[in-house]
Amino acid sequence: MYCQGLHGSLVSHANPDNRRENRMRWFDYLLRRLIMAVFVLISVSVITFFIARVIPSDPAAAWVGSHPTQELIAKARLQLGLDRPLWVQYLRFMGDLLRGNFGVSVRTHQPILNDTKAYLPATLELVVVAMIIAVIIGIPLGVLSGARKGSWLDHSTRLIAIAGVSLPIFFLGLLLQLTFFGKLGLLPLGSRISNDIALNHPIHVQTGFYLVDSLITGNWAAFRDASVHIILPAFALAIFDIGLTICMTRSSMVEVLNEKYILAARASGISERAVLFVLALKNAIIPTITVIGLSFVYSLTGAILVEVIFSWPGLGSYVTNAVLSIDFPVIVSVTLVVTVFYVIINLILDLVQAALDPRITLN
Amino acid sequence: MAELSNIPARLPEDLAAQRQVTSRAKEYSLMWQAFRRDPLALISLVIILFFIFAAILAPVITPYAAQGRGDPNILEKFKPPSMKHWLGTDYLGRDVLARILYGARVSLSMGFMVVIIAVLVGVPLGAVAGYFGGWLDNVIMRITDMFLAFPSLLLAMAIAAALGPSFTNAMIAIALTWWPWYTRLVRAQVLSLRERFFIDASRSIGVSDLTIIRRHVIPNIMTPVLVQATMDIGSAILTGATISFIGLGVQPPTAEWGGMISDGRIYFIERPWFAGSAGMAIFLIVLAFNLIGDALRDAADPRTRRIVT
Repeated sequence: MYCQGLHGSLVSHANPDNRRENRMRWFDYLLRRLIMAVFVLISVSVITFFIARVIPSDPAAAWVGSHPTQELIAKARLQLGLDRPLWVQYLRFMGDLLRGNFGVSVRTHQPILNDTKAYLPATLELVVVAMIIAVIIGIPLGVLSGARKGSWLDHSTRLIAIAGVSLPIFFLGLLLQLTFFGKLGLLPLGSRISNDIALNHPIHVQTGFYLVDSLITGNWAAFRDASVHIILPAFALAIFDIGLTICMTRSSMVEVLNEKYILAARASGISERAVLFVLALKNAIIPTITVIGLSFVYSLTGAILVEVIFSWPGLGSYVTNAVLSIDFPVIVSVTLVVTVFYVIINLILDLVQAALDPRITLN
Repeated sequence: MAELSNIPARLPEDLAAQRQVTSRAKEYSLMWQAFRRDPLALISLVIILFFIFAAILAPVITPYAAQGRGDPNILEKFKPPSMKHWLGTDYLGRDVLARILYGARVSLSMGFMVVIIAVLVGVPLGAVAGYFGGWLDNVIMRITDMFLAFPSLLLAMAIAAALGPSFTNAMIAIALTWWPWYTRLVRAQVLSLRERFFIDASRSIGVSDLTIIRRHVIPNIMTPVLVQATMDIGSAILTGATISFIGLGVQPPTAEWGGMISDGRIYFIERPWFAGSAGMAIFLIVLAFNLIGDALRDAADPRTRRIVT
């Protein structure tokens, strides 16, 4: 199965040393990972700079947008400092970013930072709900198919998992729309909230997460509406993660269930459910946690396509529109923002993983 | 054999390696024997071959070759599937089957080309990094880390947007996000291979490093690369379709599966056949490559290989 290779690389065995030495090693590891992360972020900015300013044959023309005139291009060239040496340009680029100046969108003429702040919660809300769905469906199915290896349940979950990674996520979105909106009429076609709810029961934005905002303000009509709207896009996004969670949980369950303490527990008459979902799962879940974290990161990019299909006003729709209208400052900023998320989550995951599993070598 | 018993821990591995060197052909034949016992893999192989032949023979197979290339036929738009148009017609009246066949040319060549470029760039870099070690290894692997730090779809989108939308640029953009995986895979393989007897032996009789890499290292790591590449062709087709779906790939009127879904998306609820056909085509071919990759990996691994001799 496609997650086997992943599993092997996640769990490497080491001899547990005494506690103090472990703590020293832990700090050492933390420090090294932090330095690595800083290095990665710097290199990410270099690559992004190259994509924005060096690859396009004429960045000034790209900056001006789809209807360039000679004067505008000449003006943009001065404005962007394209007459300066490359390293000066890079330092200016970085200086602006660090001061939170992401520039202005060519298409919307809004400061990109404001746009990003408005769109980011929508994307995060979608991704988080998708993760919750993946965990609720994926872990129990993974436990059961690991416990009943070779059963019909095992085979059908394998099929779901492999189909989940083969189906284009944007096509899956369309199929869900066709079924649940077109044929059954159960769920809305797209967007975050219905127009009449937005008019009659407006959500007072505090966190930007509609589900949270409507819940804490007791706006039940809006909460219901927002929940109904998020089901299809979140499910489309979750399919890939469900497959991943199932097969990860399955393979570590298979490993754990061969341990002697499981045999001992069964021999002493502990119910099968407790053996599977308490004793075995507790040990089998560590690699799954890592995979869930990783798929959170993948979902950030998967969300781009889901958002386009479901007209979800998040970073994905924002960047896709930017790509189509050659809105370079936006493309660069969103790439940078998402990548920073990506690097930080990866860092946290590595640390959590190392903290949870004493078998992981910290080299 | 007496002097060999001093290093028993390394022995089985080295024997295996020697056997691999002397009879790589036999290794591949064992793989094929295991592979052909997997019915799903065989069906997948048939599906892929079918698509490849259909793509090559597209002008011969379809009576609507001009529409496949992009000529509109407005009078017959939105016709549902029938005997005349097996998969119906699209919003410009073009025969969907013809579009799918012509789209297969783009999608398949995208998948193969991306993986070929990634292998050609990634494998030598990984081999050099793993074989020589030291500062060269460090430089290559840090550059690899840089590229792997990006979410790959977003990086590909940004590069494709910077280069301008076209088939070649989309291909370059995707390949640029793909090679680091091969560098990593190959380097890890080479690190373990480097310690083996036959590499030391070659070096001790004065074979040059580059010759060793070319003649002994790369051929011995090709099996995992081959398995990975097979699975990656499917994902590369999927990524290519995604890039086109966003509008950064092949430009109209050239047919491409991702672009067809994008075109048909607003009509999908009422007239699902043309985006649906393209979606099913992507699904089938990617699924086939994934299943074949799965089967190849099992066949390449002596532990999971079901050998009946």
